[in-house]
Amino acid sequence: MSTAIAVPALASSTPVPRLLRCYALEARHEFLRLLRTPMFALPTLLFPAMFYVLFASLTNGSASGPINPAVYMLAGYTVFGVMAPGMFGFGVAVATDRDSGWLRWRRASPMPPAAYLAAKLVMAMLFAALVYATMAAAAVIVGGVRMAWSAWGALALVASLGVVPFCAIGLFVGSLCRAQAAPAIVNLIYLPMAFLSGLWLPLMLLPALLREAAPVWPSYHLAQLAYAATAQPHAGSLLGHVAVLAGMTALFLLLAWRRLARA
Amino acid sequence: MRMPVPIAPVLAYHAASKRYGAATALDQFDLALRPAELFALLGPNGAGKTTALALGLGLADPDAGSVQLFGQSPHALAARRQVGIMLQDAGLPDTLKVSELLAQTRAAYTQPLAVDECARTAGIESLLSRRYGRLSGGEQRRVQFALAICGRPNLLFLDEPTVGLDVEARGLLWQAIRTLRAAGCSIILTTHYLEEAEALADRVGVLVQGRLVACGSVAQIRARVSQKRIRCTSVLAAETIAAWPQVASASRAGHYIEIVTAAAEPVVRELLALDATVAELEVHRAGLAEAFVEITRAAA
Repeated sequence: MSTAIAVPALASSTPVPRLLRCYALEARHEFLRLLRTPMFALPTLLFPAMFYVLFASLTNGSASGPINPAVYMLAGYTVFGVMAPGMFGFGVAVATDRDSGWLRWRRASPMPPAAYLAAKLVMAMLFAALVYATMAAAAVIVGGVRMAWSAWGALALVASLGVVPFCAIGLFVGSLCRAQAAPAIVNLIYLPMAFLSGLWLPLMLLPALLREAAPVWPSYHLAQLAYAATAQPHAGSLLGHVAVLAGMTALFLLLAWRRLARA
Repeated sequence: MRMPVPIAPVLAYHAASKRYGAATALDQFDLALRPAELFALLGPNGAGKTTALALGLGLADPDAGSVQLFGQSPHALAARRQVGIMLQDAGLPDTLKVSELLAQTRAAYTQPLAVDECARTAGIESLLSRRYGRLSGGEQRRVQFALAICGRPNLLFLDEPTVGLDVEARGLLWQAIRTLRAAGCSIILTTHYLEEAEALADRVGVLVQGRLVACGSVAQIRARVSQKRIRCTSVLAAETIAAWPQVASASRAGHYIEIVTAAAEPVVRELLALDATVAELEVHRAGLAEAFVEITRAAA
């Protein structure tokens, strides 16, 4: 009943086409901003595939047991790759927009605040899909990976949705630190977290303490989902991993929200 | 207090106070901005001018008192839709083109101004296809002004609008502000430049350490200052005149002697009595600049 009242009220205050136009322009401009700063976009897009090519050629032909190294590394480096658009796209960009006064200006203007976050989220997901595409190309061409379409599809889903928790973490970092410090701080979180989640080296090669602490990191849980998607050995229940990732997303969104509301 | 205002104010502060830590940024601030009025908020750096605007825009909430924008909370979207803003510390995205910024801002308003009309008023026609980050400081200010007016606002917040503009650009902006005001737009602006307030404002408020110490028309503010300025040629030494009881100061400026005094008539009488050669005599009421200096000194 309450929605029947709310809908016309919403329609009269903001015509839907106008609101859609706000969101569409915002998304378009977010894309243009990224396109016009290729120094951010290119490394994010190319590093994971470069790492993959490097390590896959080193470990070529050493398949052992249930693990297929080329596929296992495809899953791991895809997760490594999709973390970046979330953490940098939100972390560095939000810190920059906060420092420059753009967020302050927006808050005083009638621009819809959600459009800002939605545009960045869509862009991060698009970027994650692009990272996955380059990874898939490298895996097929260099790693000789052949998988069922369902496995490719499942990994695509993990990649494009898996970026969301890292967007929330990035948003929180961006709400805390200054623009100049943001890239360094994001790297300080991003790179160790990737390493400690077993994305570069399999967890079994890490010391026992680090191996047991791995479930602390959200990237560990996303990696388990990626391994499951590609029929590689994985630990824990899939639903559990999804729940942890959803919980972390909610936690960091809440922290960032409280922080940004005061800024 | 003059006659009561029958029309609801567009922006009203009721004893609004704001503290940041131990510092009081704004103390019991009262103001009712009338429709189509141009109000200039003057004050030294850190006097609370920007805080006053921030409360009006809902960027900060008062710790005590209240602020109403078009009779609503400044957080209300319907209120903000009627407002145009030009903030001092607003960095717009460097990589976007001016036309893109304008399109994005216009989209947030219900009845935006046409792009070419907006560009013409703000004098940015030649800048539309350029990236914001590659513009000069003055050009960026003009773009910010274009964004402020593109939504056909009923109220403009202009925080130091002409800082960084050259004389010509400042004149153009003043002209644009007058045109908007004439069309019924209310404007609240902060400024360091007294001539800006003198040239534009219907009413002026002087803010010192967060308190509104004077508020009224430019003429009323000026009248609060009794000082007058006497200028003439004379053979008398400036030091001699400065020693007279009613003289605040006397100095020689080239060919002339300049005397500042609260009682012009007795000083002129004395001058004429002592020096038969006095010529080119001029007496001026102090301008807003002198008034401002005196009011802030008295309040501090």
